[in-house]
Amino acid sequence: MSHTEDGEPLLAVDNLRTVFHSDREEIRAVDGVSFEIARGETLGIVGESGSGKSVTARSIMGLVESPGEIREESSIRLDGRELTALSEKEYRSVRGGDIAMVFQDPLSSLNPVYTVGNQIIEALELHRDMEGAEAKSEAIELLRAVGIPDAARRVDEFPHEFSGGMRQRAVIAMALACDPDLLICDEPTTALDVTIQAQILDLLQEIQTERDIGIMFITHDMGVIAEVADRVAVMYAGEVVEQAPVKELFANPHHPYTQGLLQSIPGRNPSTDRLPTIEGDVPTPHESASFCRFVSRCPKGFDECERVHPAHVEVGDSADHTAACLLYPEDMPTDDTVTQHEANADQTGAEADEALSADDWPAAKRNAGEDTSPVGSDNSDARADGGHGHSAGDTGGHSEGGDPDE
Amino acid sequence: MSESVVDTVSHQADETLLDVQDLKTYYEGGGLLGGDPVKAVDGVNFEISRGETFGLVGESGCGKTTLGRTLIQLETATSGTVSFDGTDITELSGGDLKQWRRNAQMVFQDPESSLNDRMTVGEIIREPLDVHEQGTARERREKVRTLLDQVGLMPEHYYRYPHQFSGGQRQRIGIARALALEPEFVVLDEPVSALDVSVQAQILNLLEELQEEFGLTYLFIAHDLSVVRHICDRVGVMYLGNLMEVGPTEQLFQSPENPYTRALLSAIPEPDPTVQVDRITLPGSPPSPRDPPQGCPFATRCPVRIRPEDIEASDAVWDRIREFRDVIRERSRAEQSIGERLKERLGFDTALADSEEIVEEEFSDVTLPPAVQEHVEQAATYLSDGDPDAARAYLREVFGSQCDTETPQYYDVDDGRMSFCHRHAQEHVSPGDELRQRGYDTHDG
Repeated sequence: MSHTEDGEPLLAVDNLRTVFHSDREEIRAVDGVSFEIARGETLGIVGESGSGKSVTARSIMGLVESPGEIREESSIRLDGRELTALSEKEYRSVRGGDIAMVFQDPLSSLNPVYTVGNQIIEALELHRDMEGAEAKSEAIELLRAVGIPDAARRVDEFPHEFSGGMRQRAVIAMALACDPDLLICDEPTTALDVTIQAQILDLLQEIQTERDIGIMFITHDMGVIAEVADRVAVMYAGEVVEQAPVKELFANPHHPYTQGLLQSIPGRNPSTDRLPTIEGDVPTPHESASFCRFVSRCPKGFDECERVHPAHVEVGDSADHTAACLLYPEDMPTDDTVTQHEANADQTGAEADEALSADDWPAAKRNAGEDTSPVGSDNSDARADGGHGHSAGDTGGHSEGGDPDE
Repeated sequence: MSESVVDTVSHQADETLLDVQDLKTYYEGGGLLGGDPVKAVDGVNFEISRGETFGLVGESGCGKTTLGRTLIQLETATSGTVSFDGTDITELSGGDLKQWRRNAQMVFQDPESSLNDRMTVGEIIREPLDVHEQGTARERREKVRTLLDQVGLMPEHYYRYPHQFSGGQRQRIGIARALALEPEFVVLDEPVSALDVSVQAQILNLLEELQEEFGLTYLFIAHDLSVVRHICDRVGVMYLGNLMEVGPTEQLFQSPENPYTRALLSAIPEPDPTVQVDRITLPGSPPSPRDPPQGCPFATRCPVRIRPEDIEASDAVWDRIREFRDVIRERSRAEQSIGERLKERLGFDTALADSEEIVEEEFSDVTLPPAVQEHVEQAATYLSDGDPDAARAYLREVFGSQCDTETPQYYDVDDGRMSFCHRHAQEHVSPGDELRQRGYDTHDG
C-alpha cells in the first residue's frame, strides 16, 4: 500500500456503523467495518445482496438519510480529513469533488430530460468554475477520454439515444469531470453485457493508471473482483469477515463464508456435477453482534460461535490477510482461540454493553435462522422480521382459517 | 419410479424433440410511417433432443428471449417452422394450441415480477391446473402440495404470499408453477441471473434434479456463460437474431470456432486473479436489429473481418477505418430523425460537427496510405454535403468485403458443431489463424 507523505492512506474507514431505524427495531446495515484505500489502489468489496456493500458506499458519500444514521463512533477520513463531522453543505463539495460515484444502473444516474453534455457541464460549473464554451469543450474532451466516438455530436444527445455501455461511459465521464481522488463504483458493470463489461473494466483501469485515483469497487461477481481488485474485503451481514490481497484471497481463503462463496461459482468447478451451496440466505442484522452472524449457515460452526463474536485475526502467509472467525489463529487449539476472541470482544466493549443479555440472545438467534435447510421457514421469518410487518406465521394462520379444506 | 423415467430418457437420448427450421420473428415497426421491422430472430436452425439441456447465450437484445418465447408460441413466428414431436406448432391455433401448451412451460427471469403478489403460493401453482381443468379441486390441491415438496418448499407455504419469500424461494415457486402440468419441455429464461451466487447454486442443483426425475427437456437462456457451461449439454451462441455457433458445450467452450464466440468467451472475467487472459475486447455495441448489417451480422465488430484485397493498410489503420465507418453509420441513423431534418430545413444549427473534424478525430495519429486517404476524403465530402447515407454506402463499397455483402453459411467445424462465418470457407484463413496473425493470443492453448 502506498501512503501519502504523512502516512495517511487516501481513505481510512474505521469502525463504520450505519443503522436504519424502523418502528420495530433497528437494522444494522453496516456494523463495525474498517478498511483503507491508498491512491492508485483498487479495493474490491464483495458480498451477497443485503451484506451492506452499498450502504458502506453511501455512508462514505454522505448519502445516508433518515431513518438511517451513521453512529458517532464511526470514522471516515479522506486524506486525513474527517468526513463524518462535515455539515451537509461542506459534504456537497466533497461529494462529486473529491469522491465520485458510479452506480449500477446508468439510466438512473442520468437525467432523461437533459442532454448528456448538459449534465457533465453542470458538474463542471459546480466543481470547477467553468462556463459556456469552455465547459462544453471540456465536456467533449471528457466524453472522448472515456471512449465515446463522435463526441462532438454525442454531447448534444439525450441519455435515451445512448446504448447501455455508452451510458455507463457517460456516467464515468461525469464522475471524472471533477477530478476526484476516490471513485466509488457500485456494481458498475452488473447491468451490462460481458463484451461491454470488458470495455468498461478496461476503461476504469486506464483511468486509474492515468489519474492515480483510489477505486472502491463493489460487486458480487468474483470474476470481476479477480480482475480489477488489488485487495478484497468480503462482507457478510454488515461486517467485513475477511480481508486480503486479491491473489491471496483466491488462493487461500480462510473464512468459511469466503470458501463457500468461491466454491459456489460454477465457472471455477466446471467438472463437478453438483454445485456446492451455502444453504440459507443472508440474515438481516438486528441486534449487536455478540455472536458470529454466519453461524446459521456455517459448515464449520460450533457451539461457541453462537456466543462469541469473532475479531479479525491475521491468517495465512500474507501480512495483511485477516479473517474474523473463531477457528483462527490456526496454530492455536480452538479453546484458546475462543478465549482470545472473547477477550478481544470485551476490549472493544462499548458495543458489548448494549448487547442483549445472555438470556435474551439465544431466542433472538433462533429466529434469525436455526433451521439451516435451504428451504426452511427461517428465510421467510427473517424477511418478515426485516420490516415486512406481519410475520409469516400471522398471515399463514389467517389464510388457513379461511380455507374450507383445512 | 424415477428410475424407470431415467431409463426411458437415456433410451430416447438422441430422439429429436424440437426441430427449428429457418425461424424468423419480426416485430413490426408501429407508428405512422411503419418503418423497418425489428428483426429479433432472423433465421435460426437447430434441434433439441429429448432430455437434453440446450443453452442459448448472447448479449441483451440478441433475440434469445424472443426465440425462447417463439418456441412455446408466446410470440408468433413470422416465418419458418418449429416442429415439436413432429407437429409444426407455429400452425396450431385455438383448442389444439391450448392443448399443446401443457407440454411447454416457461420459468421467468425475475421472481419479483413473475408472481402475482395478491395470490397465495398455492393459488399461483394451482392456476395452470385450474385453467386446464385437471382433476377435482381436492386432487389439484394435493398436486400442489406434491409440487411444493418437489421444489424444496414446505406444505405450509401453500397459504403464504410471495412477498414472504426470498428471491431463491420465489424462483422455486415459479418452477413449481411451470411443472404443474407435467410438461415435457421447459424454457428457462435467465432463471438464476437475479439471484446471489450461493442461492443460484441451489436453484441450478434443483433444476438438474427435476430434469432427472421427470425427464424434462430444457431450453436454458442465459447471459452468464459460466452457468451455461455448468448446466447445458449443447449451446447456441446468438448475435443479432442469428445463431453464430452451435455445438456440444465442452467442445464449444474449450475451442470456440466462431470469432464472436471467441470474443464472448474471452470477455468473461475469470474468477482467478493469477490468470492473465488475453482478451479480445470488442469495439462498440451491437447494431440495431432494425437495421442489421447486410452481410454477416457480426461484421461491424468482428476482429477478423475479411479485408478487401486491393487495399494495403496496417491493422491500426483498419481499426480507424472501422471506427470511422461506425461514426458514419451512427450519423446516417441519427439523420433519420424527423426533428433534426426539420431543424435543418428551418436553418437551425443541427450541432453536427463538421466532417473534417471527424476525420481529424479519427485519423490524426495514424498515417494513411494514399489510397485510403483518397477514399476517406471522398466519404467526408459526401458527409459535408449532408448525405451520410451516400458516405456510408461509399465506404461499404471501397472498404467492404464478402463480410459486408453476403450472408455466411453454416460450416461444420467439428463433430456436431456448426459455425456461421465466411472464414471457414476453403479460400480464407480460418478465424483462429487470422486472430493470431492480428496479434491476439487465442483461446486454443
